[in-house]
Amino acid sequence: METLAMTKKQTKTDTKTVTSVSGSVAVLEAFLAEGVETIFGYPGGAIMPIYDALYDYNDRLQHILVRHEQGAIHAAQGYARASGKVGVVFATSGPGATNLVTGLADAMIDSTPVVCITGQVFAHLLGTDAFQETDVINITTPVTKWNYQVTDATEIPSVLAKAFYIAGSGRPGPVVIDITKNAQLQKFDYTGYEKCEHIRSYRPKPIVRKEYVEEAARLINAAERPFVIFGQGVILGKAEKEFKQFIEKAGTPAAWTIMGMSAIPTDHPLAMGMLGMHGNYGPNVLTNECDVLIAVGMRFDDRVTGRLDKYAKQAKVVHLDIDPAEIDKNVKSTVPVWGDCKETLPMLTELIEQKVYPQWLQRFKDHQQKEEDKVIKDELNPAGDVLTMGEVIKELNELTKGDAIIVTDVGQHQMVACRYAKFNQSKSNITSGGLGTMGYALPAAIGASYGDPSRTTIAIIGDGGFQMTLQELGTIMQFKPDVKIIILNNNFLGMVRQWQQLFHEKRYSFVDIQSPDFVQVAKGFGIPGKSISERKDLKGALKELLGSKRSFLLEVMVGKENNVFPMVPQGRGVAEIVLCKEEV
Amino acid sequence: MLKQEYTITVYTENQIGLLNRIAIIFSRRKINIESLNTSPSEVDSVHRFTIVINETEDVVRKLCRQIEKQVEVLKAYYNTQEEIVWQELALYKVPTDIIAEEVKVERLLREHGAKAVVIRKDYTVFEVAGHREETDNLIKVLEPYGLIEFVRSARVAIIKDSDGFHEKLKEFEYREPGEGAIENEFLNENEKVFSM
Repeated sequence: METLAMTKKQTKTDTKTVTSVSGSVAVLEAFLAEGVETIFGYPGGAIMPIYDALYDYNDRLQHILVRHEQGAIHAAQGYARASGKVGVVFATSGPGATNLVTGLADAMIDSTPVVCITGQVFAHLLGTDAFQETDVINITTPVTKWNYQVTDATEIPSVLAKAFYIAGSGRPGPVVIDITKNAQLQKFDYTGYEKCEHIRSYRPKPIVRKEYVEEAARLINAAERPFVIFGQGVILGKAEKEFKQFIEKAGTPAAWTIMGMSAIPTDHPLAMGMLGMHGNYGPNVLTNECDVLIAVGMRFDDRVTGRLDKYAKQAKVVHLDIDPAEIDKNVKSTVPVWGDCKETLPMLTELIEQKVYPQWLQRFKDHQQKEEDKVIKDELNPAGDVLTMGEVIKELNELTKGDAIIVTDVGQHQMVACRYAKFNQSKSNITSGGLGTMGYALPAAIGASYGDPSRTTIAIIGDGGFQMTLQELGTIMQFKPDVKIIILNNNFLGMVRQWQQLFHEKRYSFVDIQSPDFVQVAKGFGIPGKSISERKDLKGALKELLGSKRSFLLEVMVGKENNVFPMVPQGRGVAEIVLCKEEV
Repeated sequence: MLKQEYTITVYTENQIGLLNRIAIIFSRRKINIESLNTSPSEVDSVHRFTIVINETEDVVRKLCRQIEKQVEVLKAYYNTQEEIVWQELALYKVPTDIIAEEVKVERLLREHGAKAVVIRKDYTVFEVAGHREETDNLIKVLEPYGLIEFVRSARVAIIKDSDGFHEKLKEFEYREPGEGAIENEFLNENEKVFSM
């Protein structure tokens, strides 16, 4: 049962030439029409007709054979995040499809546009517990923006057009299209592909209400201590320029969520650093001292807000978001500015007065200095012999000059990398923010390297997370994407260990993880590598990594029981952020 | 805010799987659905869900936004009991011999507005349409006379203030929807918006 809009479309194409094609060919034609260049996938029984058709499209569509379907979807996510385009995945039915679920959940919560095509058993076998049959639609419903099962090939062009439109428009997200094998094989009269631009029940962008923009501008103009916090909405909305103009005219300090990082250069004079649990000291403390809090394209995640009843209670809140469900979800807004920030930000910039807040900015600098003295100095220039994660990032910054794409996994290394990495352009920080998926970085970095081949892609991964998806070294071996891998190895599941130390009386329960010889493992996959543990070797090793013509794995042994600070302990307000373990 | 009964009315496309998409919005948040009805609406091709839950207004508003976010959902409304006209249908199966013998039973059925749907030698099925208390009351009344089976339908509800969906749907058909399509409580309560 399709919507009216689709039926209309199909009748409009009457004048086009009719050719008989299979459903599989229609899928690939849709990809070409949507500008897809790279597919990440893994074949199997129920998707064989599509792979058979792909054999003839090899010259126009690049297919990267991953080593596990989770790798395929994370690669597609990395591709989407680096390129700003929709990532595309092929997987077979049953286990192929269920292996996508973690990536779908990750893409859902981090608003990453991905279209996954899964094979399905023949339509007449649905519900019979056929070989490799699972109820993919129902399994993926909670973790997809939209999903649809195709049992008739004639639906394929219009359904795929909808899939790409839904995945990439509004607040982006993952879409699963489950195609039964009979539909892949079925020949039908193909009249061409028409992109979807409208679905009557779907409004990707709410209409901007001018009166709210005006009210927001009044609040901002009257503010004495305004503070801008921003998330990935700025990047997804491709509104980096508009955002920069806005904060520069408003003169407001601005801090990013982990997902919003790199939307403005990290060294911008108004950039105050990262928000949240392991964010910077100033932005967290001063969230509770600003008088107007302007949230742009962010969703007030609990890792950003800490305890909600102690979050920015003194401030009037202006919330710009494209998703109406985010307004008032966690933090009540004084003025809700619904809409695409690409449209709302210029409207707001137009109405606000050019201002500067030297005293208010000084407050941030004072806090920054405090953090510098108590945390950053020791992390970046440690007195001891043991390497810290922070100094690796510092050295890396000097070599990349902020030009590289940095893909991080999940844990201590992720927080340290996001705290200290320098970026000078957007779409540079790729990480699993909302779901916190260990094992994300290696496949996502592979995808990112295809998404933007003009830049260096560096995957920074912990010893635990690397072992979750290291099979994707096989993908690197075979297809030779240029991914630089840095393993920050502390011989622990460090973030859990940190919590056990701080909140569970140092009862280290199963965080002591052993690792294989990573350099030997890489060697087995034909990837050169090196392991270092001394400071004198760091710069040289990083140079060797970056200078390598192809992928390279560098393992850096770092302090076993180092902690990430500052920290907003769970259950506390943002202003209760602590700088060292004695304060916890 | 106190929990109370809210009736949620959702206008949707008629799409396989949408019921599940809507149902999991509630179950994910461990909210029980007291009653759920799906039916055609006044507009051809548009489906209508009527869902009853006990929650605070704050929660119900957020739920409606999550429901509206689904691709195939056109619009979701929530209303208190006072804002709707509603009915539920109940069926009661009782032994015919007792009905025939006991004059009192017949009088009770009349008082409750029950109609006989089927009369057989062994049993009779009555129906009552009304509010929850009314259908509940008749159970208590019939129990002593050997109530064999009882079933009650989901709620159906009409929103008192609604002008129907025909005009709204036109807005959705346009590529650039008008204000009707983006209506929300901020728009409906314009003056109150900035006092929150």
